[in-house]
Amino acid sequence: MRDLENSVQRGPTRGLALRSVAVIAVAGLALVGCSSDDDAAGDDVVTTTEAPAATGSLDEALAAEVIGHYADGVYASYTNSLDTATTMQGAIDAFVAAPDDTTLAAAREAWIDARTPYGLTEAFRFYGGPIDNEDDGPEGRINSWPLDEQYIDYTVDTPDSGIIANTTDFPELTPEVLAEANEQGGEANLSTGWHAIEFLLWGQDFSADGPGERPATDYTTGANAERRGEYLSAITELLIDDLTMVTEAWAPQTDDNYRGEFVALPAEDALNKMITGIGELSRGELAGERLNVAFEERSQEDEHSCFSDNTTADLLANAQGIANVWNGTYDGAADGPGLGELVSATDEELASGTTAKIEASLTVIGEIPAPFDQNLTADAPDDGPGRTAITDAIADLGTQTDSIVEAGKALGIEIEVS
Amino acid sequence: MRRAFTAAVAAAIAAVGLAGCSDPPPERVSLNELLATDLGGGTTRNIVNQNAFGLPAKSLPGEDRADFEVGDSFFTQNWVIAPASTTSRDGLGPTFNATACASCHVRDGKASPPTAEQPRAPGLLFRLSVPGEDEHGGPKPLARYGGQLQDSSIPGVPAEGSMEISYRNVAGTFADGERYTLQAPTYSVKEPAFGALGDDVMIGPRIAPAITGMGLLEAVPEATIVAAADPDDDDDDGISGRVNRVWDEVSQKEALGRFGWKANVPSVRQQTAGAFSGDIGVSSPVFDEQDCPSAQTECRAAPDGGSPEVDIQTFEAVVFYTRVLAVPAARDIDKPDVQQGARVFRDAGCASCHTPTLKTGPSDIKALAAQTIHPYTDLLLHDMGPGLADGRPDNDASGAEWRTPPLWGIGLVERINGHTRFLHDGRARSLMEAILWHGGEGEASRDRVLALSAADRAALISYLESR
Repeated sequence: MRDLENSVQRGPTRGLALRSVAVIAVAGLALVGCSSDDDAAGDDVVTTTEAPAATGSLDEALAAEVIGHYADGVYASYTNSLDTATTMQGAIDAFVAAPDDTTLAAAREAWIDARTPYGLTEAFRFYGGPIDNEDDGPEGRINSWPLDEQYIDYTVDTPDSGIIANTTDFPELTPEVLAEANEQGGEANLSTGWHAIEFLLWGQDFSADGPGERPATDYTTGANAERRGEYLSAITELLIDDLTMVTEAWAPQTDDNYRGEFVALPAEDALNKMITGIGELSRGELAGERLNVAFEERSQEDEHSCFSDNTTADLLANAQGIANVWNGTYDGAADGPGLGELVSATDEELASGTTAKIEASLTVIGEIPAPFDQNLTADAPDDGPGRTAITDAIADLGTQTDSIVEAGKALGIEIEVS
Repeated sequence: MRRAFTAAVAAAIAAVGLAGCSDPPPERVSLNELLATDLGGGTTRNIVNQNAFGLPAKSLPGEDRADFEVGDSFFTQNWVIAPASTTSRDGLGPTFNATACASCHVRDGKASPPTAEQPRAPGLLFRLSVPGEDEHGGPKPLARYGGQLQDSSIPGVPAEGSMEISYRNVAGTFADGERYTLQAPTYSVKEPAFGALGDDVMIGPRIAPAITGMGLLEAVPEATIVAAADPDDDDDDGISGRVNRVWDEVSQKEALGRFGWKANVPSVRQQTAGAFSGDIGVSSPVFDEQDCPSAQTECRAAPDGGSPEVDIQTFEAVVFYTRVLAVPAARDIDKPDVQQGARVFRDAGCASCHTPTLKTGPSDIKALAAQTIHPYTDLLLHDMGPGLADGRPDNDASGAEWRTPPLWGIGLVERINGHTRFLHDGRARSLMEAILWHGGEGEASRDRVLALSAADRAALISYLESR
């Protein structure tokens, strides 16, 4: 049974009734003999304040519908991601079997095609669900970044670096071995996931206006060519296994999985998770780690998909994922109500304002010129269209997050996002 | 009426309980104080997950988030060998212990020493010195090894040696007959690359601590810390508490030591620079030279990644990040065993050194100024007895003295870092083992814990786990 504990505490802890506190106080004193209380009960009673009454309100029937539709949408979204990733696996297998420029181009194209469906699912993170629960959530294996290229393979500076060249410590390159190596000895020591695959398909990006240009010969005549292919196949297989596990956790027609538990939660708890997911993705992750750091540092190393130059599409997919939860629109799922409709039943103005902000950030993220790294060069002007759009996106995602937190309050749900 | 009745009953029971106790009464702190949840004042976060040590202070204004996030990025990412195409992060080594801050402070948390399962885990290091003092009264480094054993190196440069750790079991018994076993470590340097370290070498093992709330501790007024010191134990409670006076590399004068296991570092800035230099081999605006003793010719000949290797903007961002990390809120205060554990904590006298409440003074960072915080430290040195002593003096700290480590966040270490290893070298395998290692000024409290019932011992641990 998966642990459904909530990752966010809600509000102040409710106080014990005075009577039970007093009984505990007496029991405590009896057990701890060696204290010299002369006004024992005076400070031995725990004073607590009652939690403030929830200010918001909830349409229970509609809430149940929104939660059920969310579960359907999550399943549809992961199904899309798994399907497109499986197509990518076929292309990668074909490339490893017969590496040349054509099969490499096809594998790269399949990676690009699979990225947006995955990006849409990142709105389902940050609440300890199947993707990132602390016991066995695979998120750290699936999409961690930025990675230290030297941990995986050679770089332009270090011709002999990486697990691929290290036959002593890694005689076999299996999904299990590479999963075990992930994050060993450092948070940037990433061996698996989308960005490791991306690095093995594109290589480091040194081109002024395009992505990395790893030659297909890295898989034919280059040093460690065969092991590189084994590595790529192994981490692709691992990605598929992980996505399969997450997808099945949300599958309908069974109560014996996370979805079954999720829809059975008290509405406030399920909604708390949904709101936390989009709130945390919106600011801490998207505005912060994915935009702000790269922007401030003008560092290509800090852009999300730095090998393939797919970063702008990644950003848009993440923002669209937030919009999907809010609007209840998911590719592959039937129509149904989203969070916005539920908030609208309580506070129509707040709901429409939030909808407008979510649309505004989608628009401005769409205006960030690709490739993203061209906005990070030393001579990219801060007042040019690229960096202006990034600044606007960071600001819009911030106000959008505030609105999402407010929307939670309207439903009587306090969330805290970083 | 009910309350008056309760008070009478409680007082009666307390009076009965007093019979037979000869220890001096521990200082009183209120239970409410011990059950506070906003441990970091306005910085406190209610988010409880694996990233709970890594969040920006709740009170941090939005316009400061960019600096925080940049600092976070450099805290996490690996440094690489110079010269490299990634020019902002090159300069690793030539000798080093780790490739990133987060290698040891994983998720801004606490490291475990190497184990059978993770024999190469970074996070423990050896400080080295010989008898005597350096020019500022600090430990005297070894001529050929410097003041810290760097056990890794870039290609073409020899590492200085490796750490050898062995443990022997030390058995003991609680008053109720339950037995326990502690593991007592022995440390030595294996395969020293530049000749034997000598018979007079002093090895100070140090584990990487969680970096929770360092900016708040930095903002505690010096007067508060000094006022709590009782170097000659004038109040005769068996607990002294001394300040460490150390050299401030930034201001180039003597200052109060606050950070490090022996309070041998005066500021977050110096602590950060020291770790960049000693642990990663990265020069900074504070320590702008490579850490290569003259005997290490390959180390001295290796290329560097600029001077300094971490530029001032990036360095300041990492310092800022470290200072404004949020303190996670305490939890579970409505649970009876946590409340009972708070009483045990109080009555065992733990709060005599693990001061529950401090107030910060002014700060250049508004979120850190004038906060009531609950770090559970007095930031003072205490003699913890021969069992814990490393025998390696550091400025005014003797070989047996240690700074009271803060306890805030201690209950989240298992969740965030996946282990329960505590104390300066991580020898304790649980919170209870850490308590049982207390000797010297902590011995009376340790003895009170030994006398506890099993239920109260469990309550005490529940209380610590709520922090």
